[in-house]
Amino acid sequence: MQNKRSGSITLVPYYVWIALFVIAPIVLVGYYSLLDLEGNFTLENYKNFLTPVYLKMTLSSFWYAFLITTVCLVVSYPAAFIISRLKNKQLWLMLIIIPSWINLLLKTYAFIGILGQSGPINAFLASIGFEKQQMLFTSASFVFVSVYIFIPFMILPIFNSIDKLSPALLDASRDLGASRLYTLRRVMIPLTMDGIKAGIQAVFIPALSLFMITRLIAGNHVITLGTAIEQQFLVTQNWGMGSTIAVFLIIFMFIIMAFTGEKKKKGASRRGKN
Amino acid sequence: MKNLVKAIIAIAIICAALMYTVHSLDKTSSKAGANVLTVYNWGEYIDPALLKKFEKETGIHVIYETFDSNEAMMTKVEQGGTNYDIAVPSEYTIEQMKDKKLLLPVDHQKIPNLKNIDADFLNLDFDKKNHYSIPYFWGTVGVVYNPNMLTKNLDFSSWNQLWDPSLKGEILLVDSAREVLGMSLNSMNLSLNSTDSAELKKATDKLIKLSPNVKAVIGDEVTQLMVNGDAAVALTWSGQAADMMYDNEELTYTVPDEGSNLWFDNMVIPKTSKNVDGAHQFINFMLDPKNAAQNADYVGYSTPNKAALKLLDAEVVNDERYYPSAEVRDNLHVYKDLGKEKIGEYNELFLKFKMSLQ
Amino acid sequence: MAKINTSSKIYLTLVFIVLYAPIFFLIFYSFNSGDSMTNFQSFTLDHYKDVFADSRLVVILLNTVVVALLSALIATIIGTMGAIGIQTMRNRKLRNTVLSLNNILIVSPDVIIGASFLILFTMVGIKLGFTSVLLSHIAFSIPIVVIMVLPKMQEMSNTLIDAALDLGASKKEVLTRVILPYIQPGIFAGFFMALTYSLDDFAVTFFVTGNGFSTLSVEIYSMARAGVSLTVNALSGIVFAVTMLLVLGYYFVTTRKMKGVRK
Repeated sequence: MQNKRSGSITLVPYYVWIALFVIAPIVLVGYYSLLDLEGNFTLENYKNFLTPVYLKMTLSSFWYAFLITTVCLVVSYPAAFIISRLKNKQLWLMLIIIPSWINLLLKTYAFIGILGQSGPINAFLASIGFEKQQMLFTSASFVFVSVYIFIPFMILPIFNSIDKLSPALLDASRDLGASRLYTLRRVMIPLTMDGIKAGIQAVFIPALSLFMITRLIAGNHVITLGTAIEQQFLVTQNWGMGSTIAVFLIIFMFIIMAFTGEKKKKGASRRGKN
Repeated sequence: MKNLVKAIIAIAIICAALMYTVHSLDKTSSKAGANVLTVYNWGEYIDPALLKKFEKETGIHVIYETFDSNEAMMTKVEQGGTNYDIAVPSEYTIEQMKDKKLLLPVDHQKIPNLKNIDADFLNLDFDKKNHYSIPYFWGTVGVVYNPNMLTKNLDFSSWNQLWDPSLKGEILLVDSAREVLGMSLNSMNLSLNSTDSAELKKATDKLIKLSPNVKAVIGDEVTQLMVNGDAAVALTWSGQAADMMYDNEELTYTVPDEGSNLWFDNMVIPKTSKNVDGAHQFINFMLDPKNAAQNADYVGYSTPNKAALKLLDAEVVNDERYYPSAEVRDNLHVYKDLGKEKIGEYNELFLKFKMSLQ
Repeated sequence: MAKINTSSKIYLTLVFIVLYAPIFFLIFYSFNSGDSMTNFQSFTLDHYKDVFADSRLVVILLNTVVVALLSALIATIIGTMGAIGIQTMRNRKLRNTVLSLNNILIVSPDVIIGASFLILFTMVGIKLGFTSVLLSHIAFSIPIVVIMVLPKMQEMSNTLIDAALDLGASKKEVLTRVILPYIQPGIFAGFFMALTYSLDDFAVTFFVTGNGFSTLSVEIYSMARAGVSLTVNALSGIVFAVTMLLVLGYYFVTTRKMKGVRK
């Protein structure tokens, strides 16, 4: 890695961090995953994970993480675009972030109130003659609140990559007769791909291990791997099984990274120079 | 670059200013080395005025720290690193903590106010002769419901009424394996401390039949939901039921005849204690009838303090929902620690039930 | 400035309404004379008085802010350096491995991070309290900074850096004059997201705190069983108002300055 750039020195504190706070916990988690309740070595936990209960849970975790990420992206992209065209865009961007600084549990309680039977939405529906809707404890409300939590994490990186796109470029594309959709697909999205990727990473990965709101908003109608780990650690106190699920989560994440990581060709053409 | 440097300096200045404010507000640091007592309790589970009164009476400075689950609290005590002098775990946790040798014995000589505690609540199975724990609050597990929201006239004198088809999608359950499986076991007149796998399986199968009626399996939010009328029925602890009834007078609480769980939160002295003497003073202080009554009034849970009952509102004390008769109490059972293996089994079965909810 | 059509405006307004709805909801109930977020009884300012009467709560709030700001700052510095370093790696396999390692803390549930940090700190002998909480917050905030900064690094063409080097700029000059200004938006994004991570965290802080040090999240979560008091709502209302004032105030002061310069 000897190169004339500033590379190696700047990486020192980062590597120290990886060694202390990433590698050490992984080793610990790996070690615990091999222990049974009595503290003896066993592969039982791994066998246990490969049963239908946990496999079903894995599938449902991925499905919901996928849904949350997709909805988040679809909502955030236009929002980021519009903000980037506003006059006080930095201010508007701050206003997107600020809600995330209020405690999540409190906001979740607020959502329980808002979405509940006697909440403002149902009161509104009732006042215009509709029947009250059961909104809490559905997978839709679960996805909705999750998207709410993750929106700033998606908007920020997308905004940063859209912001530097010059409007002239889009105008040029339009002037050359490209349709709106074509401009979006062939000009904007490819040019903002790095931001989109960052947003997906910042949403999909943590969405896999969501817990709390699976109980508060979905009433346990949705059970994710994160919930299961939480339960194993805190309720059953089976750290072995909890760690095993975590090992699988980490493996899944590595696989995702391998797939979404930079592909050879693209990397070569972009960084062709050595 | 200039912006970045400016931002870094600004943040550093803000932090320094805030830390200075904390320093001047926080009495702990100025009294470092003085007589300090660290109390580890649930949030909002003590009248803060009592802490001040204790500090004034004894000159001991109290640090109040909070936890949100027994198990997490136990992990912290076990791992060490911080000196808790008093903790308030539930009874099944006390058994585990005893086994792990995490508790110091309580010297009854130093707690003359122990005489105020109702003898019914002393010398129980989870801690014979109260070697390690002194009861703080107690309660039951039962059904809270809104009669005005029921389509059928149910009074929940039996657990089996929960399975009534008219309750489709109307029941909230607490997210706790022991309570929910225990309820199912009780409904079949089996022990809620059952360790028989066949019985547990039967209880789970019966629970799965309950799933059409279950609206959600949730935690402490149950209070807000029941008060708001989001559901008609909930399985919950009496303490939370008291909170709900306080906010919504339509609600009422009952313990079905087949019996149920009797729970305790208790004061203990963890082995991490650095001020064992102060801990005893604190326990004795909390057992004083006046203080116990004030605390029960603030928290809203049932006190085991016989002498304090006389000082409380007669309306509350005579209300069988809060203080059930001896007859009802005979049918209540305290959870035994069933060992990690069985607890694991309970939780696996409970998970299976939750997965059946969809 | 391209013009914004009406449908865009409506869309953005909707997004903002949803983002702020729960906050206004909980602030609304902070004026409730009842004692929970249900059944608004009548208007009162009692809960606000309680906030100022309770010095313990104020100390906890200030601690929370200090930990958030400091940890976000340090995590941003380390994370930015890390992102710059990662981008200059030639070995693609190594780069992907480092990036995967980077994301482990994001994918790991908080209890696991908390429990393993607790074991780590007690093993090393770090006293639980401010230091251990700060270290943990820095640790779990670094990956999100890297994720936010990296796309800006990727966008920046290497030719830009090479050109600067060819023109005789020193390494340090390249860093401070070329790289940092270019990736600045990413750095700020990383900082704000780290702030969010820190303010929201409950589980990790719970495990690694001790000796009287506490943060707002720990306090609020532990109240859940006996009921979160509206004092916390009032506190959040104050925090929200102060934040808004600071942001808006700062923004108007700086824009006015800029206008003044232009004149």
